[in-house]
Amino acid sequence: MTRRHIEAKINGDNCDFLCESNETLLSVIRNQLQLTGTKEGCSTGDCGACSVMLDGRLVCSCLTLAVEVEGKNIDTIEGMSNGEDLHILQRKFLEHAALQCGICTPGFLIAARALLEKNPNPTETEVRYWLAGNLCRCTGYHKIVEAVLDAAEEMRG
Amino acid sequence: MKRVKKMQYESPKSIDDAISLISNSPGNVRLLAGGTDLLVQMQSQVADPDLVIDIKNIKEMKEFKKEDGVYTVGAAVTGMEIIEHEEFGSDWPGVVDGVKLIGSIQIKGRASMGGNLCNASPAADSIPAMIASGASAVIAGPNGRREVLVEDFIKGPGKTSLKSNEILLSVKFPIKKPNSSGAYLRFTPRTEMDIAVVGVGINVTMSDSGICEEAKVSIGAVAEKALVVEDAATALVGNKITDEIIENFISKVRASARPINDKRGTVDFRIQVIGVIAKRALKMALERIR
Repeated sequence: MTRRHIEAKINGDNCDFLCESNETLLSVIRNQLQLTGTKEGCSTGDCGACSVMLDGRLVCSCLTLAVEVEGKNIDTIEGMSNGEDLHILQRKFLEHAALQCGICTPGFLIAARALLEKNPNPTETEVRYWLAGNLCRCTGYHKIVEAVLDAAEEMRG
Repeated sequence: MKRVKKMQYESPKSIDDAISLISNSPGNVRLLAGGTDLLVQMQSQVADPDLVIDIKNIKEMKEFKKEDGVYTVGAAVTGMEIIEHEEFGSDWPGVVDGVKLIGSIQIKGRASMGGNLCNASPAADSIPAMIASGASAVIAGPNGRREVLVEDFIKGPGKTSLKSNEILLSVKFPIKKPNSSGAYLRFTPRTEMDIAVVGVGINVTMSDSGICEEAKVSIGAVAEKALVVEDAATALVGNKITDEIIENFISKVRASARPINDKRGTVDFRIQVIGVIAKRALKMALERIR
């Protein structure tokens, strides 16, 4: 069987790729499109390291087939900063030292941005529940939650 | 993902096309909505389908509508779409309680209530809530459509009454009665990202004078499938909800539970806790009517 030709938008740019029918979106993003900011953790939807936005929805790219994204918009961590200007969340993660090894960080940032777009003034509890699908095995969650709350405050102005 | 054979992917635009694909494919066919169960099974080689039929491009599967008081939730409508539907949430809060507990935000961005139903886990969070609400499964097949109550749709762990050439189209809710409400609660060691040790869905209708007119109770994770506990409903109907009535209600719930011992809980623990959770769910539903 021939590979499927898929056209989609990644971080606002048109892109197309060939994929096997059972290939995941995560595999295509990392291995074909060379956007390696999105990480592979568990591959079973438990850890959130592969979080991306798919038509404005926060999803695990490891549980999405690449063939499903025909005509859709995908946003990855690579589209988060504006060139050299970091997104407020990215800056706050650095200021609060909300990362150590960094594997979970892109997923946390994508998930946190999705939260703040929906709810610009979340409580600590709301942040913790929203980020329950993102696992960090080294820093712990406290600094991450502080960074998100601080970013939210600055974004509200 | 390790592969031994080529998987085909089809994304039909109509129910008829989907049924014809499913009927004419000799190999192992799986339907794809959110994929949060199917892809995990494929990754771990529990599932190795020859053909995956993506149902998300069928308009009816994504429809979420209210007509003459009856909600129809397409089988591919995602958890987040259900959670964000404020009017549905105020009519069927117990169902939304259940849907909210299905995995993380990421999972609910893709996972559908229809998928939770078809996956037929005995611990599925939305199923007792759907049952307590009197919801039906709308099924499409080569000879037309049929409807079955959710409690009759589920046959056992991973087993439904869907025939091999049938597809779940939607979940349909009855007209909501005035002075009625519902709740779903579960017990888990963690508050998020966990699987129910026990779960209780309940819907109650009260009279103006505080008499319970109607009740439906369903318990999850304590049998091979979610059960309807008629005795527990009978214990409430016709009565004011006093402490004594609640104790009777709890004992009927406990008497119906027939759990197994596993790493998530022992038989004794589950029977004890399901009574506690049932009482809380009842109080939550009553609170919501006020």
